[in-house]
Amino acid sequence: MGKSLFQKVWDAHAVRVLPNGQTQLFIGMHLIHEVTSPQAFAMLRELNIKVAFPERTFATVDHIIPTEGTDRKRPLADPMAEEMYSAIEKNTKEHGITFFNPETERQGVVHIVGPEQGVTQPGTTIACGDSHTATHGAFGAIAFGIGTSQVRDVLATQTMSIAPFKVRKVEVTGKLKPGVYAKDVILYIISKLGVNGGLGYAYEFCGDVIKDMSMEGRMTVCNMAIEGGARVGYINPDEKTYEYLKGKPYAPKDWDKAVAYWNSMKSDADAVYDDVVTFKGEDIEPMVTWGITPEHAIGISQAIPAVSNEVMQEALEYTGFAAGEKMDGKKVDVVFIGSCTNGRIEDFREAAKYAKGRKVAAGVRALAVPGSYGVKKQAEVEGLDKIFVEAGFEWREPGCSMCLAMNPDKLIGREISASTSNRNFKGRQGSSTGRTLLVSPVMAVAAAVTGTITDARKVFEIGG
Amino acid sequence: MSLGPITKVTGRAVPVPGDDIDTDRIIPARFLKCVVFDALGGQLFYDERFDADGKSIGHPIDKEQYVGASIIVSDDNFGCGSSREHAPQAIKRAGFNAVIAGSFAEIFFGNCTTLGIVCATADKATRSAIMKAVEANPKAEMTIDVDRKVVKFDGKEYAVDIKPNSRKAFLEGSYDSLAGLLDGLDAVKAFEKTLQYSFK
Repeated sequence: MGKSLFQKVWDAHAVRVLPNGQTQLFIGMHLIHEVTSPQAFAMLRELNIKVAFPERTFATVDHIIPTEGTDRKRPLADPMAEEMYSAIEKNTKEHGITFFNPETERQGVVHIVGPEQGVTQPGTTIACGDSHTATHGAFGAIAFGIGTSQVRDVLATQTMSIAPFKVRKVEVTGKLKPGVYAKDVILYIISKLGVNGGLGYAYEFCGDVIKDMSMEGRMTVCNMAIEGGARVGYINPDEKTYEYLKGKPYAPKDWDKAVAYWNSMKSDADAVYDDVVTFKGEDIEPMVTWGITPEHAIGISQAIPAVSNEVMQEALEYTGFAAGEKMDGKKVDVVFIGSCTNGRIEDFREAAKYAKGRKVAAGVRALAVPGSYGVKKQAEVEGLDKIFVEAGFEWREPGCSMCLAMNPDKLIGREISASTSNRNFKGRQGSSTGRTLLVSPVMAVAAAVTGTITDARKVFEIGG
Repeated sequence: MSLGPITKVTGRAVPVPGDDIDTDRIIPARFLKCVVFDALGGQLFYDERFDADGKSIGHPIDKEQYVGASIIVSDDNFGCGSSREHAPQAIKRAGFNAVIAGSFAEIFFGNCTTLGIVCATADKATRSAIMKAVEANPKAEMTIDVDRKVVKFDGKEYAVDIKPNSRKAFLEGSYDSLAGLLDGLDAVKAFEKTLQYSFK
């Protein structure tokens, strides 16, 4: 009987079974940022405990950092943000942890920095005090979000107490139509399986659609596994994965040995799964959300479904939309391209392709926020920044920005935002009455230039 | 770290009905700007409790009959969204020691267990019955018996479930995992050498 990658990686990292019945799992690579780590370091200090394996933790600053160049000067204008920034500087220095800060020009959203630096590798366990850690699963790692007490546990022991997951194979067959992207695929999957459909599961994404995706696309898919309730999402590594990692700063020196290990960790052909679901790539169209959970997503040609539960009712009361309406034609005030979901180079290349020579509609505020220095520099080498600026977008410095609005980038009042981020929760983008419509980067550009949610394929004549 | 066993939770309860109550609602992101968790209690459910001027808009936990409650009763997928421990920290610091819901998001559930917040699940009919009973007699005390997996309220018993691992950890007092993990640190150091990768 074969094993899945999940089982192999889990077995290779299980130190022992703890008395409470959970596994003491070794975390091969740990990522930290300024929001969920300071309390963990404070707990260590209180207990007089040192970080056990400082070379297995990497840090960056992303959530609170301003994305306007002039606002990034220290000390930051917001004293609380400055305190958090100073805390991670001090903590990483004191414990000998590598800190990818802006001065190193490696800073960025933690889930973009990991792969870019090559610390995200196949066959590893990865934890971070951030729910979108599943992003790293795109490389065939078992990666998941943890709370601050667990950040403390990992710092102190490089292990944590956790129970294994069931594994659901989520297959997407066939081919995507032109103008349909990884973001549409994952929103479609969540709309079908539900926001809590993945509780207790790791999702193994596979099938021709996933195989044909770039690493950037695969990261977008795994990134949102948690939005479907699955704490882990992963994809078996292949030549594309290895090609991406080759030459990255922390890529393994003994490359052949590493590749042999990575290949050995792939799911066996006869692996056994707890559940299997299959979707057809051809059935997916550009997606957009209408409510207050990522499950509230529909194809651009579809209408908001009839209310069938209380959350849907609550969602419509909050957004002010009505069942039976289409999202096509809804006015937007703000467009945000960025985040750990869609803040990578490919996202900006694809967005720039359609922003080129066009103008952001009057009255729309449009932000393009690269996910990291690496993304920003590459985009600027390719001249993408100029395309965005000429079109009327603001081209920013790297950070989480308006995905969760912990920095100065926020919605105001009831504004509606077409956003490439991952959550449309009430109040998510910094205004307790603001509304977020999740879309792909190309749909976001279509919203920017028309001022409305609309089918990007028609606006840009994609696919004839 | 050793906080003692939790065999039962006793206190008044407050119904907070609704599915998918996410971590941004439990604690809005702007309140994550802190390096200590101390102030979070007053910010629990903030945007659902107060208007722009800071006036109460009648969230259940602020209703006169429920003030001082220490058990939340809610619905499915409670705590979905972010991994922020700020959410259970806010719940705990606002004086709540247990949540009864239809289901819990996983990261949130793990965070609660570590902090000693008992998360019990109950089916829809049971939840509705508990909520109704609490509404009828908001000043009565509820007891969650962790060992027997029952909720006792107003002379009645309701069957609930508590995940075996977390139930065992509560009963043993081992829910804060760090001591157990530190116990095996030498074994962990030996184990690390068997891994196929490093970043040195």
